Parts: sequence; structure tokens; C-alpha cells
Amino acid sequence: MLEQIEGSRAVAKSVALCRPEVICAYPISPQTHIVEALGVLVKTGELAPCEFINVESEFAAMSVLIGASATGGRAYTATASQGLLFMIEAVYNAAGLGLPMVMTLANRAIGAPINIWNDHSDAMAVRDSGWIQLFAETNQDAADLHIQAFRLSEEISLPVMVCMDGFILTHAVEEVEMPSQEHVDTFLPPFYPRQVLDTEEPVSIGAMVGPEAFAEVRYLAHAKQLLAKERIPEISREFESVFGHSAGGLISAYRLEKAETVVVAMGSVLGTIKDAVDDLINHGINIGVLGITTFRPFPLEEVYARLSGAKRVVTIEKAFAVGMGGILATDVATALSRAQVDQYSVIAGLGGRPVTKASVISLLQDAVSSKLDPLTFMDLDHEVVKKEIARMNESGRSGPPAENMLREMQLKTFSKQKERAASEEPG
Amino acid sequence: MTFKPIKFYQTGSFAVGNRLLSENLRTVQSDIARSDSLTLGHRACQGCGEALGARYALDAAMRATGNKVLATNATGCLEVFTTPYPETSWQIPWLHSVFGNTAAVATGIAAALRAKGRQDIRVVAQAGDGGTEDIGFGCLSGMFERNDDVLFICYDNQAYMNTGVQRSGATPPAARTATTEAVGSEPGNVFGQGKNLPQIAMAHEIPYVATATVSELHDLEAKVEKAMTIRGARYLHILVPCPLGWGSEPSATIRIARLAKETGLFPVFEAEDGEITGVSKIRHKLPVESYLLEQRRYAHLFAPTENRDVLDKIQAIADRNIVRYGLWDQKTEEDGNMSIATEQ
Repeated sequence: MLEQIEGSRAVAKSVALCRPEVICAYPISPQTHIVEALGVLVKTGELAPCEFINVESEFAAMSVLIGASATGGRAYTATASQGLLFMIEAVYNAAGLGLPMVMTLANRAIGAPINIWNDHSDAMAVRDSGWIQLFAETNQDAADLHIQAFRLSEEISLPVMVCMDGFILTHAVEEVEMPSQEHVDTFLPPFYPRQVLDTEEPVSIGAMVGPEAFAEVRYLAHAKQLLAKERIPEISREFESVFGHSAGGLISAYRLEKAETVVVAMGSVLGTIKDAVDDLINHGINIGVLGITTFRPFPLEEVYARLSGAKRVVTIEKAFAVGMGGILATDVATALSRAQVDQYSVIAGLGGRPVTKASVISLLQDAVSSKLDPLTFMDLDHEVVKKEIARMNESGRSGPPAENMLREMQLKTFSKQKERAASEEPG
Repeated sequence: MTFKPIKFYQTGSFAVGNRLLSENLRTVQSDIARSDSLTLGHRACQGCGEALGARYALDAAMRATGNKVLATNATGCLEVFTTPYPETSWQIPWLHSVFGNTAAVATGIAAALRAKGRQDIRVVAQAGDGGTEDIGFGCLSGMFERNDDVLFICYDNQAYMNTGVQRSGATPPAARTATTEAVGSEPGNVFGQGKNLPQIAMAHEIPYVATATVSELHDLEAKVEKAMTIRGARYLHILVPCPLGWGSEPSATIRIARLAKETGLFPVFEAEDGEITGVSKIRHKLPVESYLLEQRRYAHLFAPTENRDVLDKIQAIADRNIVRYGLWDQKTEEDGNMSIATEQ
């Protein structure tokens, strides 16, 4: 049924249709609306016999999921940013133990400086944890990916993280085709755990493993991710056959056929990029878009197949490895190591800075005319950074950098306002 | 005449031995049908108090629940010495996640069991004092506050033994550890107010809190069995001497545990809903030196010269416990404990 609904609520409804048995909630923006909505469904009895647990930290939330999953319970939580970092030891543990569960990551920047707005730093911080990471482009995607996530997670016995852009998606109200319970029940069989705490058949889970077998156990995790890479497109096709619309998969292509220039990105920014690309195509530029839906496992072969024929690739991403550059761009470069393609890494939208169509168009025009730097921070105010570096050189106690730069920005805004006011004065 | 029920003590304590009791009063451990939850072949040190404590506690929990126990375990000695892959000493379903989350993992298990309508299966969470009082404290407090249906057992050996005897929040004053060496003007651990977990658990007003030692087997088992009759969050704090970390003879583990109680340094009691409901009385009150002298971690208090000042401060802790919990009844000791009638 087509509904006008907030992203968070769509995800909550979607998760509810998956008949979860244990849900954990710990508040952190911007994921709160999801667990709030689920809390209501549990409290009214609609989700019975589901247990809703208000925990004291994200570390506890993930730990409760570990216990629930090991007991054969279908388990779910949502988090973001600092919350994900706070639970990170348990995040690795869940993946290492091979316990199925689904977590929504409402992507948000990581401090310091503290910032509640969207970027992908949080997801990137756990990209090597062994979780499968899926990125939603729209709220429709977010709703659909959660259903596929439970199926995939339980099938291969690995935890799955559905990443959706904080605020941009979680708080956006738009049309979502909500799945029916009947369809979800057809698509998602009951959870049959691969390993379970059972008084009839006692097992020890979480034993210490020494050098004699550690590499093999870790390699198995990799092998399972490779298996997931095969299953994800199949599950996406099965989803389409049941629900009547497509979602998920490893990658998504937009106007990619024979494109000379290809933009690679993940998440909601794909919408803006597609709009920008439409404009550029109208101006005679041969350009297309490749969206990465499955970031872990990374679809190396598919990316190679789609990009190796291009002349240049521009990866735009909302996170970066400090002291290195783009993270997604590095993965794309790995996929293209055998190809002759010019590659550009663009960091944009950090800490919620809007990625505007105008900026994207200008950036891509530079790329097409080979004027773009290999590593570019889109819309960065270099002047403010230079001034702070100068302050650092001048004084051994230049003070807190974030506060200095914020003041600088405000002064600039203020002087611009003054200039404008002066020019508007009559006379 | 009023009859006060008592629990029998172990042979060697001058009290009545197991074999003199009728079968229904004997310990779980003396029962050939016991579950052997933690079976032989594990790699604990000789004289390990934790291995004893875990064995007593879990077998008692198993008997009390008709063998329906799921256990979690924090990282630590117990986890390491029981499960060197691919071996395991656990005969019951057992899950180890990480160091600081065992209470929350247990909450998750209990929640899944409730969702599945399997409340006949009970959850026991286990951790050392570090996994309970320090790194695991947040999750433990959360579990208490929500009153989740979990029995949490702390095996307290008063330091991080698994990593090589470093100080924990449960390390007593003056004790030598690898991070509170017996050097300087104040050798050993500092004198502070400490972190009294049983009292902190009681402050959460959970239905049941108890302390026990590995010297009084009947008492320990009875407390586990009682805990399993109660729903909600329960906390059992067991003092488990560590020959390696305490510098004591492996053969002295049970005696040292008894001395901890008999000196008043480790109060043995039970509490329900935040109120103390019973204490195990000291039978032969002893000065703290009798306990301290058996352990090399306190050797600096006696040589090269006796540190009377510190010994007095430790005695003051014991004396305060005796008054606070009502641990000692002079008249009872003089009359001899054996005159107390037993419950039939």
C-alpha cells in the first residue's frame, strides 16, 4: 500500500512485518523515531510476543542482541554515530560469532567536533567488522532493504547493517510502497538458527581460539561474505517476484551505458547526483552514475564490469580516511586496478553540509575537462583552514581549533551581511 | 524452644560432615546424579577457588531448575581455562561474548526465552570481579534496574588474575597486585571506600542478593537454589581465593575462604528487596592477621617489620563489618554453635 510516511516510521513498520522477537532501544539521534515507533507496536501488543528492551547503552543494546540471537531470537536494534562506536567491541563480536541480526544505522558524523548531522563516517568505522553493509538511496529502499536484510542475515548467519542517511532519509516524509504482512511472510521464513543455546543439545559458543585455527575461522567470515555477494542479487530478484518492485542488489546503474564519465556514490546523495547528471547529459556530456547498494561485501567484479570501459570515474563520498583520502574511492580503485581509467576522489557532505546540485555540476564539469584534483574536498573553505594553520604557527597555544574556525566563519558571514547592508543603503 | 534452622558446614570445619546427613540434606556435589556442568579436564590452576565456585553454583542451579540453565560468561580466567578450543569443560549451553557485556548478553537470552514462551529455562551470567565491578558494571546495573530474569554470579578473587594479577575495583586495601606493588611509603593497594558490589546490588532493590564463599558449600548451594526460586534480577557474590594472585598454598584455598569470613573481612549474608534477611555468624572470631598471614600479597605487612598501623586499619574494616552486619555473637560462640538445633 502506498503511504505518505516518514522514513523512520517506514523502517519501523517494515521491521515489525518481519516479526522480530527482541528489539533493543537506546536513544541517539537520528535513529530515535524508528525504535520509538517499534516501542509503541510492542506496547500495544501488536507485535506480541516481541520483547522491547530499553537498555542503558549501545554497548548493552548490541550485547542483548548477541544473547537473543544466540538463543534463536530474531533480533533488531538501530543506532548511529557515537552509539555505533560505543558498541563497537560487541559489533565485531556479533560478526565474529556469526550471529544473525539486523541493525539500522542512521548515518551520522562522528565527533569531535560533535555533530549530529549526516555523513558516512560511522558506517566506515565498522566496514571491516564482518557485518554486511547495505546502503539505502531512498526511504523505499530503506523499507525494502530491512526485509531482505533479515532474510540474508539468517540465511548466511551473519549480522546485517542497513545504512540510511540520518535526517535526509530518517526524517523525510515521502511516498513509500509499504509491503504487506502476507508478502513478508512469503518472503521471510521463520528464523532457524545455525547455532543455538539449547538445553537439549548443549554447545559452547565463543571459545578461545589460538593461532592453530584463528586464521581459518576469520577466513570463513570472508568466505561467508563472498557467499553473500552471490546471494544478494538472487534475494533481490526473489524480492521483486514477491513484492512486485525491485530493491537491493549489489549495485545500481543510471544512464551508464557507454558513459565516458561515471560518478560512483552511495546513499541518498545519488538522487542529487542523478539530477546533476541529467542536466549534464542535456548539455551533451556523456556521463552516468553507479550506485553502490552493497558496500560490504564490496562488489569488486561488478564495479569492474561497469566501470572498466569508462574514461574517468569520479567517486563522491561522505567520509574519508584521514591522512589518506576517499574510502569508497580506494575500494573502487582496487576494483579498477587492472583498468586504464582516470580516477577522482571527492569528499562531500561531511557533517551534514548540503551536497547541492550546483556544486556537483560544477565539480563534474571540472572532472570532464580534466581540471579536477585527484582528491577534492567539495565546497571546502580553504581560507578558514589556512588561517587556523597560521594561528597554530604563530602561537604554541592557539586554542581549540573547532571553536577558532567556527568564529572565523561567523566573522565572514557577519562582514558579508555588513557589506550587503551597506550596498543596500539608499543614497 | 525456638528452632533456628542452620545450614551444615563442610567436614574439617568441626561441623557435621556430609556423610552423616540424611540423603535429602546432602550437597548437590555429593549427588552422583549431579549435572557436572563444569566438568573435569579444564585448565584452572591447582587450588582455583573460581573453578570450585562455578562448579558448585552451576550444579546447584541445574538441580534447582531440572537441568534447564543457559549460562553466559565474561572474558576472564573462567572463560579461558574452560574453553581452550576445541575443548570445552561446559556440559551446559554456554556463551562467551566479550569482557564487559555478560549481564546484557544474559538479558538478551532471557528476552528471547520470554518471547519464545520458554520461561522454564533460566539464565545464569558469570563474571570475575573485574567483569562485574569494573568493565561490566554498566551492563550489570542496567540489568538490575530492569529487573531482568537473570542470576548474575560474581566470582570475586579481588584482582585481574587472567591478565597477571592487576588491581581491580574489588582489590582490598594494602593487597599487593602487579599494579599496586608493595613498594613506596604506602605499599600495596590504597585505602579507599572500595566498591561494595553486594551493597550496590541491594541499592537497586533487586529481589535477591547474597554473598558466599567456597568454604561453605551447603550455604553456597542453598543460596543458588533459593535464587532459582525467584524471578527477576538476582546477584550472588562468591569469594574465590586465587592461589596464584594471592600467593597462597593451593591446598589452603578453602581454609583461606573460611578465614575471610571468620575474621569479618568478608561478610556472608543474604538480602531480599534491598533488606538484609540473614547473616552467617562468625563461629570462631579471629584477628585479621590469621587471614593475611596465609597470603604473600600481604607479606609486606609483616616483614621486614610488622606494619601495625596498616594491620589495625584492616582490623578496623573487619570490626566495622562485624557491627554493621551483626556477624558475631559472643555468647553463641562461647556456648558452642553445635547446640543450635537443626531444621528437619
